[in-house]
Amino acid sequence: MSQRDPDNGWTTVIRPKGHWFDLRLRELWTYRDLVALLVRRDFVAQYKQTILGPLWHVVQPLLTTVTFTIVFGRIARIPTDTLPPFLFYLSGTVIWGYFSNSFTKTSNTFVANANVFGKVYFPRLAVPVSTLGSSLIGFFIQFAIFIGFLVWFMSRGAPVDPNLWVLATPLLLLLMAGLGMGGGIILSSLTTRYRDLTNVVAFGVSLLMYMTPVVYPLSTVPEAYRMIVLANPMTPIVEAFRFAYLGVGTVTAAHLTYTAIFTVALLVCGVLIFNRIERTFMDTV
Amino acid sequence: MSKVIQVEDLSKFYRLGVLGGRSLRSDVHDWLDRVRGRPDRWSHRGGGRKRGDHIWALRDVSFEVDEGEIVGIVGSNGGGKSTLLKILSRITAPTAGVARLKGRVGSLLEVGTGFHPELTGRENIFLNGAILGMTRQETQRKYDVIVEFSGVEEHMDTPVKRYSSGMRVRLAFAVAAHLEPEILLVDEVLAVGDVAFQKRCIGKMGDVARGGRTVLFVSHDMSAISALCERVILLDEGRIVADGDADATIEAYIAGMKETGPEFGEVRITPAGHDDGLPIALHAVRTMDAAGRVRGDFRSAESIVVEFDFTRFERADYLRIGFDLVSPRGMVVFRTFHNDLSETLIGEPTGDLERLQAVIPAGLLNGGVYQIRPCARRHRHGGPWILRDLPGPSVNVILTVPNPDYATSSRAGLVAPMIQWRSG
Repeated sequence: MSQRDPDNGWTTVIRPKGHWFDLRLRELWTYRDLVALLVRRDFVAQYKQTILGPLWHVVQPLLTTVTFTIVFGRIARIPTDTLPPFLFYLSGTVIWGYFSNSFTKTSNTFVANANVFGKVYFPRLAVPVSTLGSSLIGFFIQFAIFIGFLVWFMSRGAPVDPNLWVLATPLLLLLMAGLGMGGGIILSSLTTRYRDLTNVVAFGVSLLMYMTPVVYPLSTVPEAYRMIVLANPMTPIVEAFRFAYLGVGTVTAAHLTYTAIFTVALLVCGVLIFNRIERTFMDTV
Repeated sequence: MSKVIQVEDLSKFYRLGVLGGRSLRSDVHDWLDRVRGRPDRWSHRGGGRKRGDHIWALRDVSFEVDEGEIVGIVGSNGGGKSTLLKILSRITAPTAGVARLKGRVGSLLEVGTGFHPELTGRENIFLNGAILGMTRQETQRKYDVIVEFSGVEEHMDTPVKRYSSGMRVRLAFAVAAHLEPEILLVDEVLAVGDVAFQKRCIGKMGDVARGGRTVLFVSHDMSAISALCERVILLDEGRIVADGDADATIEAYIAGMKETGPEFGEVRITPAGHDDGLPIALHAVRTMDAAGRVRGDFRSAESIVVEFDFTRFERADYLRIGFDLVSPRGMVVFRTFHNDLSETLIGEPTGDLERLQAVIPAGLLNGGVYQIRPCARRHRHGGPWILRDLPGPSVNVILTVPNPDYATSSRAGLVAPMIQWRSG
């Protein structure tokens, strides 16, 4: 290297376009206090001036579960393997809730934060990352309810069988966080250009739920459709979660490996696109 | 002296008017062009500043700033001042060129930088500190000084949404200034606070610079600029037209403003409209008295009717039409939009000529020449600008007070409202 690098000695160099792989993840780390504060902000601000406050985290999955139990269990009579329908739907709702929350909220990153992004710089990834954190708090509240019902059902002799797979819970959460954020930030980046995609999110998530064994077990899916449901990376997560806590579920190591690869790929793509868009986003809002 | 800011050929190119930037179709077109090896149609560097519905907000701007300098940046609206600060504070990326900075950058570009309305003042101080890159401990250490400087101690546990805009800007400035950034970027924000606080802020910026740090300060307030800065950069239509000694540059700025004479009465605007992809074509803007006569001179005791002739191609609820009233010294006195009070003034687009009138009330303006600058933007908060800073008609206002004994051509202040007094 005979030529002197003109950027040498400067802390910040601003150019039209960064390299695709100039992700500045180290910078995100120096802003970890911000991430923590944003998590807190999300969680606290969400419930100011509401009557029920954080109780919403309890009400929402319970009502959903009751509805599912009536509609799919009693009326449509979808079999739930050997499991009590209420526990079956509650487990599905709770685990799906974390993914759908993470995905929906991160997909809104740019539009919802246009105000702040327009005034001050900080690594924009801090926002979706903190969203995962605040959704996780909500998940733990719902998870605690699920465990409560699980214990209650077990004490009454329901045929459920929690096993060592519960140790994989953190891994399942990590995969879901990755999927939710990866998909969410790709969508949020695209919506800065193509506004109509915002409409896709809400109904896309609910359609995706029906492609995931949330209201039915994978074992009841006819062979012809099974590949479609299995192509959905959320399927192994939901099935693994049910298998771990209830003892019934259809999941293999291969399925989970597929999900893991899918997640990493989605997340990498997402972060690359997000960083690309972030630099000129303010001009297109 | 070591350099802390180095800006080389910085340019920024904006497209106006197209929602969300672009459509999938034009993206595919551009991509095909590139694949076929045709030159990118946007990278063309010659020509005027405006090309259809795009605009060079900055053109080939280069300068360097030494450690400890306070540099004022002046220029008329749309000159590129705010764009420059936005690029330097990394809110948006430049189209071409490079900027290099040494050290931590603190910026204060608008009131209440990143304040969350539901959180308390205390919580927001920490949030803001973190946004500006401070750790929790650093903010904690500065907390008392920040609170004291802001002068809103007693409201630290009140949600910020109950703060006045003055209180917000105090708190925001206090946080930004005490972060001890090596480079402090301040856009026209201090106009909100009261005079005593403005003085304190200007004093603080002076301290920051004497402490070896660097300040870039955008303002329309020439007295603040000349009090604070030894060096001033004058931007006009995105280019640096003067850079140097403060007083000389300010003089050049004021002289330049007078060069292009104002137009009074009616201004016809070359229709830019549907063909350019804009959802509105503005044809003319005129000022009239209450009787409907087109005029350019008004007594301050008269109301002024501002009338817009335009054609719309899009539904009204997606569009806000308005104008900025700009003071003789280039400050925006106010901005108003047609649907501020009523959402139902205009309905479905007809494609025919439409008219809107705004009435500037009597007894509001000070003496002097004000300019009306039409603008239009998308409906949502923070929606993109469709038209902005268009040169509309000017009005020459002669200050008239009911009692002729106190006649004067103008008073101190941007406006001279006739305020009702009563005995207590």
